[in-house]
Amino acid sequence: MIEFKHVSKTFYIGKSEVQAVKDVSLTIAQGDIFGIIGFSGAGKSTLLRLVNMLERPTAGKVIIQGTDISTLSPKKLREERQNIGMIFQNFNLFNSRTVAGNIAYPLKLAGMKKTQITERVQELLQFVGLTDKAKHYPDQLSGGQKQRVGIARALATSPDVLVCDEATSALDPETTGDILKLLKKVNQELGITILLITHEMHVIQSICNKVAIMEDGAVIESGPVFDTFTNPQHPTTRRFIGSVQQDLPSAHILQEWRRHNEGSLYRVTFTGDTTNDPVLSSITKKHNVDFNIVYGSVQELQNKLFGNLIVSFTGQETAISRTLEALNDIVTLEEVTDIEG
Amino acid sequence: MKVDWMTFWPRIVEATGETLIMVVATLIFGSIIGISMGLLLFVTRDNNILENKWVFQALNILINIIRPVPFIIFLVAISQLTRLVVGTTIGTAAAIFPMTIVASFSIARVVENNLVSIDPGVIEAAQAMGASPLRIIFTILIPEALGPLILGLTFICVGLFDFSAVAGTVGGGGLGHIAMTYGYQRFDGSVMLVTVIILIVMVQLAQWIGNTLSKKLMRR
Ligand SMILES: Nc1ncnc2c1ncn2[C@@H]1O[C@H](COP(=O)(O)OP(=O)(O)OP(=O)(O)O)[C@@H](O)[C@H]1O
Ligand SMILES: [Mg+2]
Repeated sequence: MIEFKHVSKTFYIGKSEVQAVKDVSLTIAQGDIFGIIGFSGAGKSTLLRLVNMLERPTAGKVIIQGTDISTLSPKKLREERQNIGMIFQNFNLFNSRTVAGNIAYPLKLAGMKKTQITERVQELLQFVGLTDKAKHYPDQLSGGQKQRVGIARALATSPDVLVCDEATSALDPETTGDILKLLKKVNQELGITILLITHEMHVIQSICNKVAIMEDGAVIESGPVFDTFTNPQHPTTRRFIGSVQQDLPSAHILQEWRRHNEGSLYRVTFTGDTTNDPVLSSITKKHNVDFNIVYGSVQELQNKLFGNLIVSFTGQETAISRTLEALNDIVTLEEVTDIEG
Repeated sequence: MKVDWMTFWPRIVEATGETLIMVVATLIFGSIIGISMGLLLFVTRDNNILENKWVFQALNILINIIRPVPFIIFLVAISQLTRLVVGTTIGTAAAIFPMTIVASFSIARVVENNLVSIDPGVIEAAQAMGASPLRIIFTILIPEALGPLILGLTFICVGLFDFSAVAGTVGGGGLGHIAMTYGYQRFDGSVMLVTVIILIVMVQLAQWIGNTLSKKLMRR
């Protein structure tokens, strides 16, 4: 669907240069909600703007549905852009036009007839739930409503792809939730592939199926959201995950625990089916060992369960080591050392 | 040496008409040229939709040269050109020519300043939808900047009454001419008073029209 092939973008400001995107290769498949996350200045916006050639790559190719779009003539590029909807952090609505006028604008560009435009605008207003606001001007709307208009406008020409630059960063948590739900609906009901960038992990967690983590212009890790959450490779990725789920009690609590207890703490992570079986209790029972859950949670991610427990075991030393061995075959197990977290 | 008001009133009415014609004609021609130049100046800026260093610099320098020249000096300096274009250097038409040139350059700057204050994101949104540069100019830039633009033009328009009076003193006709010949040279205070009052009324009217129009367009 969208393929970045060794894409780089360097900005030259006078004599100095900024490498905003460095040799990025990514594939976004049809139907994906693909999230790109990174801290400020990581190069996310630049990467996104390469998709519709608002920025031209200094090296590499961006291929959309088989065509390298940097080779398109200006006219062909404008046509292709009608196939790529875009929404923005600051909405970027036309203040001189009404809500209906904003949504009608891309349709006029596409050369649609007036009667059809009226009909299509109505349809889109219904989809985003703003039928009563058609004649309002943008400055009469709330942030969430503005973004709904932005989404309706981006969807007007029935694009195959929707790219979102921090679509929820200017909104409060509740409105963010609503807009994310709407994006999910866009993906599921209209089958539109979504490429979004954000610096908030909970956005990735709530709607994306795939994620790429960017740092300093480069993609440092990418893959399905579930795999990335359950098995992060890069420290930056861990930091982002840590921002939405605390997987370890605080250092203070750990110290307290160690003062009053003997033995080691283990992190037990369950994914998928193992969350449904009483693994811990059956294995410990078998080896005549007791277990105590010190801390932990079970969460849903991408319609799958993901458990993360901090556990201690008490019993005979040999029995404990046999228990650990047996557990290790079924779930992921690692000893908790204090320097973590 | 007091004027006979019975016969003088028609002169005043005529001069008021001349002033109005000078101002309105200059505003119309000046807006057409000035808005085009302002748009060109804006779109050829760095990183803008029709970025072009040469065009931008050429226009920019030209405006910077013409704008600081005092109108009275400019008027005299280009009188040969005025004769060439209009055929004469005396009368309303001959005044409109230099007034239009000066107004155009001022309007170009006003337009550019108003366009700069448009959120670049809005232009980018239109680009991302596949709008061509020309389309962006006419369907985004102008409508988005129209409210403040009208205020800017109103400001220029008020200045044009001033210009018309200056032009009047050197043969352009209009109220400036009357004030100069009857009010100043013949020391008739009442003529001066009447022309000043008429000018104030006209300026107020222009300001009111401008404010009303822009308010309507800005919906605030
Ligand atoms: N037009 C430009 N000219 C020069 N440098 C630029 C330009 N656009 C971006 N950059 C630089 O490229 C780098 C990446 O910027 P970018 O906007 O892509 O980051 P980002 O990940 O979107 O950050 P944020 O989360 O703050 O939006 C930054 O160092 C920025 O200063
Ligand atoms: Mg950004």
